[in-house]
Amino acid sequence: MSDVVLEARGLVKHFPITKGVVFRTKAGAVRAVDGVDLQLRRGETLGIVGESGCGKSTLAKMLVGLEKPTSGEIQVRGDDMVRLRGPALRHARRNIQMVMQDPYASLNPRMTVGDIIGEPFAIHPDAVPRQGRERAVRDLLDVVGLNPDHINRYPHQFSGGQRQRIGIARALALRPEIIVCDEPVSALDVSIQAQVINLLERLQRDFGLSYIFIAHDLSVVRHISDRIAVMYLGKVVETGSHVAIYDQPTHPYTQALLSAVPVPDPRLRGHRRHIVLEGDVPSPADPPSGCRFRTRCWKAQPGCAQHEPTLEVRQRSPHPSACHYAETLDLARRY
Amino acid sequence: MNFDPQAPLLQVNDMHVEFRTRDGVARAVNGVNLILRPGETLAVLGESGCGKSVTAQAIMGILDSPPAHVTKGEVLYRGVDLLRLPEDERRSIRANRIAMIFQDALSALNPVYSVGFQIGELFRTHRGASRQEAKRRAVELLDQVRIPAAKSRVDDYPHQFSGGMRQRVMIAMALALDPDVLIADEPTTALDVTVQAQIMGLLAELQRERTMGLMLITHDMGVVADVADTIAVMYAGRVVEYAPVYDIYARPAHPYTKALLESIPRLDFKGRGLNVIGGLPPALTDIPRGCPFHPRCAYARDVCRQDPPPPAYQIASQRIASCHFIREVLGV
Amino acid sequence: MSDLNAVTTAEAPGPAANRPRHGSSPAKPRSLAGDAWLDLRSSKIFWISAALVAVILLMAVWPSLFTSAGPRDCVLANKHAAATSGAPFGYDFQGCNVYAKTIYGARDSLIVGVFATLIAGVVGLLAGLAAGYYGGWLDAVLSRFVDVMLGVPFLLAAIVLAKRLSSDPQSNGIVAVTLTLGLLGWTTSARVMRSAVISAKGQDYVAAARMLGAGAARQMFRHILPNSAGPFLVVLTILLGVNIASEATLSFLGVGLKGDAISWGLAIAEAGPSVRTAAGPLVWPSVFLAVTVLAFIMLGDAVRDAFDPKLR
Repeated sequence: MSDVVLEARGLVKHFPITKGVVFRTKAGAVRAVDGVDLQLRRGETLGIVGESGCGKSTLAKMLVGLEKPTSGEIQVRGDDMVRLRGPALRHARRNIQMVMQDPYASLNPRMTVGDIIGEPFAIHPDAVPRQGRERAVRDLLDVVGLNPDHINRYPHQFSGGQRQRIGIARALALRPEIIVCDEPVSALDVSIQAQVINLLERLQRDFGLSYIFIAHDLSVVRHISDRIAVMYLGKVVETGSHVAIYDQPTHPYTQALLSAVPVPDPRLRGHRRHIVLEGDVPSPADPPSGCRFRTRCWKAQPGCAQHEPTLEVRQRSPHPSACHYAETLDLARRY
Repeated sequence: MNFDPQAPLLQVNDMHVEFRTRDGVARAVNGVNLILRPGETLAVLGESGCGKSVTAQAIMGILDSPPAHVTKGEVLYRGVDLLRLPEDERRSIRANRIAMIFQDALSALNPVYSVGFQIGELFRTHRGASRQEAKRRAVELLDQVRIPAAKSRVDDYPHQFSGGMRQRVMIAMALALDPDVLIADEPTTALDVTVQAQIMGLLAELQRERTMGLMLITHDMGVVADVADTIAVMYAGRVVEYAPVYDIYARPAHPYTKALLESIPRLDFKGRGLNVIGGLPPALTDIPRGCPFHPRCAYARDVCRQDPPPPAYQIASQRIASCHFIREVLGV
Repeated sequence: MSDLNAVTTAEAPGPAANRPRHGSSPAKPRSLAGDAWLDLRSSKIFWISAALVAVILLMAVWPSLFTSAGPRDCVLANKHAAATSGAPFGYDFQGCNVYAKTIYGARDSLIVGVFATLIAGVVGLLAGLAAGYYGGWLDAVLSRFVDVMLGVPFLLAAIVLAKRLSSDPQSNGIVAVTLTLGLLGWTTSARVMRSAVISAKGQDYVAAARMLGAGAARQMFRHILPNSAGPFLVVLTILLGVNIASEATLSFLGVGLKGDAISWGLAIAEAGPSVRTAAGPLVWPSVFLAVTVLAFIMLGDAVRDAFDPKLR
């Protein structure tokens, strides 16, 4: 068990919906994340996929301490991130950092790159002695493939891909063991995405990092992940190795999701099975009873409205799947 | 107007567009040639800043001028040059024959009118339909774009629809007057993948029913492989490769196309290490001389660094690439 | 497939020299302020208003540069006398040189305007920052208080407050008027600050700092304040003009400056009764007042436009 660097149990985040201005009354709750368990091992990449509104970004924010969970616990290398306070929490946070989605919004436009990457050292003065900081920032710029002499430039003088590298350098500054990547390439151009993905992979090897990689692009997640968790409406519906999820998915939602991803090969036209889901994702403020996917599921039976399926290994699913009727489905014949 | 029945549906010849800004002249489009035939899906593929959206907006005549100026070129709709038509005739063609849908449906729809009113308005202004007739047609259209319970939703406002449904409403508006050409500018980029599949399926179906020409502007190589007949790959305001979809994916002829295909992660297999296109696309205010792709190109030699850019070579019928080393790239 | 022949040259082999070279090269560092300066440099409004403000400031600091006459060199024999070369604006009912009085009036007018604006600025900044950053009940209380303040008729409140504060008949009223305008004027700037803070607070870079363990002070003063100060500073420049005008109003109504103070408002008030015999003593300070207020408001407008990236 010692190689588990992060463990989350029963994570729940409900955002209250309030009415009134002065006298606020609770009118309900958006169940953004509704009971998620995760384990991350040293040096591995756990991919989290799902569509907008599935709760993956809220989950990321809870892991790095930007949102306080409604309930549940998060252990990072044995430190209880939910209950720790003050200096102990600040120290524990060094171990888990984040790369954000929008390279334009995540860097303060009025600070130089040196100040941005050096900010972790200013907040944690004991990490690097004062006189070594500029050296450290220059090294970080070099590590992420930027020119160390650009230390005094402002973010708007860099392109999107370069800004994302700056964000990665900032996340690396405190030498964390875990980096949560929240859609780190989805705002970038195709030819730039590959550069950033390769950089993340190189850093993982060089620094022994563990990644939680959150994205809606299933191709990118497949490329980088060792294990994958698929989320739908605040819950993990299926989890397993990348082979299990991509080649033998057993949850109908995973199957639909994978079948909807266009593959850049016109020869596969008409040879891939397309499962087109009807309708939209229901509101997380009022999720369906029982199985949350039942309203869009072609396998749904009356029982699905009463009994919520748990995420577990099933007779026809060798990896955990939250469907009463989980079984593999051949989506694509490969050539 | 004298339309030529023999001419292609839509043809763009040597179009040049530049933006005159404080920071200099940005040459967004530098000699683009395109042809669209009835029932054909032409994908214009490229990264941001390659000029694909500007090309579409220039065809539609919806560029803001200034700063944008179409300095050269023709946009032929059935043989008639739209750029030389008087404004009112041009507007009539734009309304009736060529329609466009955008990435952001919410900002393309007017928030203060119901969707039924907005669709119906088209029938009232262009077809002189009565209020009642217009509403009936609006319901019909919403039904055609598979909006469930169209009759009860026709009086809803844009914000009451989800992202995918809004895109359907915009498609309904675009198709209201039965256009021959539909230009779709990144229609699914803002949508989730399952919704994207719905919308692309819908577009393909509607196109088949109406034998429309569809010009799909996108950066997504996956979507293109699924729906396009012909692909125009754009880089720095030029079409660098123009080919049928099967050829381009099987044997790309331009180094940029080739590198792009090798740099994307694939859903259908997992490999380690992606091939990377080094560097950045050029600033449009300062496009490199010679071939604009040469600073990032693995095949580049001295000839690529000299003016002018490589000419467009015909490789096969309907297959053109603009590179001095097509043979090497193709591996002939 | 082997015969490759060029069918179309997309671009005629034209002169390469046409290619623009004056674009912004990535090597040239350009800050936001630098961009704003580029905009301002080409703005006529900016140059006109900046020149006017400079002249007015010079007047306030160094009035003897503009006139050799003193504002108190009054000879009753000159009552309502016509303009001369030393007194281009003529003389008022006490035989004082209107030109000299107007020039010297800039100082007290500006002192009141600047300090009242500073008070309003500090109070507004702190209130807006606290309300925007902490939110919750603090925000609710502060915002409702601001609403109430904005609901009170300004002139009525100013008269009452200025009268209470200047109970000492010996004082010239500068402190009282400054405090009055400062304490009544902070509400708009607080509102603007609050909404700017709320939008800056939601930015990813603030979240990034919080994630690194940054405390409230660091988030507020390092990240939020620099990115929300722009609209606030613009409101202050406008408020400066408004305060100068308000001082004149209060002085005219008799609850503003008095005694040995010299200000445009005071001059207008004094000239009021005899306006039908001599308009000059009323008109000239009014013109200076109007031009000053306009100059500050225009300057504020120009600076705001230049710093607003959305207007680009």
